[in-house]
Amino acid sequence: MSTATEHPTYNYKVVRQFAIMTVIWGIVGMTVGVLIASQLVWPQLNFDIPWLTFGRLRPLHTNAVIFAFGGSALFATSYYVVQRTCQVRLFSDALASFTFWGWQAVILAAAITLPMGFTSSKEYAELEWPIDILITIVWVCYAIVFLGTVKNRKTSHIYVGNWFYMAFIITVAVLHIVNSAAIPVSAFKSYSVYAGAVDAMVQWWYGHNAVGFFLTAGFLGMMYYFVPKQSERPIYSYRLSIVHFWALIATYMWAGGHHLHYTALPDWAQSVAMVMSLILLAPSWGGMINGMMTLSGAWHKLRTDPILRFLVVSLSFYGMSTFEGPMMAIKTVNALSHYTDWTVGHVHAGALGWVAMISIGATYHMIPRLWGKASMASVALINTHFWLATIGTVLYICAMWVNGILQGLMWRAVNEDGTLTYSFVEALEASHMGYFVRALGGVFWVTGMLLMAYNVWQTVRKDSSAPVADASAQAA
Amino acid sequence: MSTFWSVWISVITLAVIFGCTWLLLATRKGQPHQETTEETLGHAFDGIEEYDNPLPKWWFQMFMGTVIFGVLYLIAYPGLGSFPGLLGWTQEGQWETEMAHAEENYAPVFAKYASLSIEEMQSEENASGLKMGQRMFANNCSVCHGTSATGAHGFPNLTDTDWLYGGKPATIKHSITEGRMGGMPPWGAVLGEDGVRDMTSYVLSLSGKEADADAVARAKPQFQALCTACHTANGTGMHALGAPNLTDDIWLYGGSFEKVAHTIRTGRNGVMPAHKNILSEDKIHLISAYVYSLSNK
Repeated sequence: MSTATEHPTYNYKVVRQFAIMTVIWGIVGMTVGVLIASQLVWPQLNFDIPWLTFGRLRPLHTNAVIFAFGGSALFATSYYVVQRTCQVRLFSDALASFTFWGWQAVILAAAITLPMGFTSSKEYAELEWPIDILITIVWVCYAIVFLGTVKNRKTSHIYVGNWFYMAFIITVAVLHIVNSAAIPVSAFKSYSVYAGAVDAMVQWWYGHNAVGFFLTAGFLGMMYYFVPKQSERPIYSYRLSIVHFWALIATYMWAGGHHLHYTALPDWAQSVAMVMSLILLAPSWGGMINGMMTLSGAWHKLRTDPILRFLVVSLSFYGMSTFEGPMMAIKTVNALSHYTDWTVGHVHAGALGWVAMISIGATYHMIPRLWGKASMASVALINTHFWLATIGTVLYICAMWVNGILQGLMWRAVNEDGTLTYSFVEALEASHMGYFVRALGGVFWVTGMLLMAYNVWQTVRKDSSAPVADASAQAA
Repeated sequence: MSTFWSVWISVITLAVIFGCTWLLLATRKGQPHQETTEETLGHAFDGIEEYDNPLPKWWFQMFMGTVIFGVLYLIAYPGLGSFPGLLGWTQEGQWETEMAHAEENYAPVFAKYASLSIEEMQSEENASGLKMGQRMFANNCSVCHGTSATGAHGFPNLTDTDWLYGGKPATIKHSITEGRMGGMPPWGAVLGEDGVRDMTSYVLSLSGKEADADAVARAKPQFQALCTACHTANGTGMHALGAPNLTDDIWLYGGSFEKVAHTIRTGRNGVMPAHKNILSEDKIHLISAYVYSLSNK
């Protein structure tokens, strides 16, 4: 390729560190997920130990997969992508190194405090105030490194992938600071500065934008680099990039209220959230179309390239869950789906199908290049991983669809005298098989991640059997 | 909502929607190709080029469709600040409509049994009425009294013949409608710790349980002086006050020595909430009939 440059000056050390931790935190976070999924099948698995109970491990699971696994993948890929698309070394090696060690410290603090029961009780923002401050410091440094690198770029324009990474970094900073505003009463306890419905709205403004900007915009940045790179095809439409980028970030901001349909949230805020969620469908699909159509002309590569399969299937799940989301935001649908396992399935269609799949595809793409290899040690193992992950995701979301609709229908069923047909426990009993299938899906996922760890280890260790890249291949 | 905030929220809501629409239309208008093209924008990033392809037509139409739906929705429903929407819909209004609908549909179902006495309700032919009472009991009462109505610590068993306030149909109905407040005052300060333990022995002896004879003798005069106003001289209790019978070995708060001692020392407060504002009279009638049936097989 004409623009393939020598890049001895890129900082790959921090990318390697984050890439390895992506795999490790993926295994940890998903293993905790399988444990709590199993607790819902066999409740005795909490062993009557307080720090192994569902209520404490569930936030550990979400924090570990979103912020440890997903976060490490975003750090690794964003540092990799911004250097290669701006053709310049990271703005500051010292700050980049600080973001790595700082972020690991945050995760470690989460892994200790959450099982001990320290929580701010805000979903996806459970960490207590001293950790929140550390997150803020690390994140500001991340913004300085990333934005500084973009500013120093050698290219005339800013690549679309970097738009998304920048939107993700800046918005997450705003979300985190506003939502975590709290009054400390002791070293490990604080109370939100907001009260009542306002607190709930701020919480879900944060919560849904964590999905929109952390788990969507960030990973779209990833998509915009690794899909064209792995398929060796140009991006389908620059114009589509422009429209869907601005429309996506403008409308996502408003959608959080759909988590609070039919609550104390005022009617107008619910309506606006529903409308914006529906309008969000097209901007979301813009990203899917741009990724999918980029692959047109390269479909034959899917037969031989399991990394490309990860990327394509991630886009399919992205398209599916961004269709499902706006549908679930419609009040009539929400009246059935809300508070059921359907929501849990929807989140995992996005989290496993989209976020984890694209992160894994990107990591498999980067690892050989970061360690000067021509390919991963075993392409066959990537293929096995792909099938385990795909089957695991399908098992998971199908089980939750069945459970969710079943619960929604059982909860609203009434007798001829208007009394409830089923007690809550009867709906829970009926969900038992779905919980088993969900846990099984999780086992598929963890198995795949363990294969990945083995494959990565075989590729990066000193006496690796993976073929060494020649100079031109490495630059590509 | 004040006028300022109403205008504020309306303006930025519409600005976002129309801003996106403007961007969509402007980008579409400026595109040099109407069909798929191989032309790129001429720059590359780490080897990645970008085609100058047009926005897919179906995608454009879908986008416009959601925008049009969104605007119409905000005209019809509350959304733009304090503008209530042309349909006048509110979630409270929807709830009230559904409740009125339910009342209309279900009230006749219950009204059928209103003219029957609770005793008449016990006959075989009214089994479906009792079944409704049981289901309403499950929805409204089982949280405290249990799904099988056998009670729990502090919540009376409704399936035996031991009644705090009496088990006649009218009394049961009164308990559900108006609620009950059971108060046992604390005697720890009056009796002292030794006195509490003596009195515990005495109370247990009333149910024929083994108790230290000396302690029973010491406490007897004090029982007569302090407790008989409610529990009566022989300890059989009083329905009018909800004072439990102490001679039947049935214990609302546990019958072990320590549990009884705790009751005497610190007192108890039992609350049965009133249901007259929660359930209709006809529904209370059916629940009363079901509760009555539990101890009158």
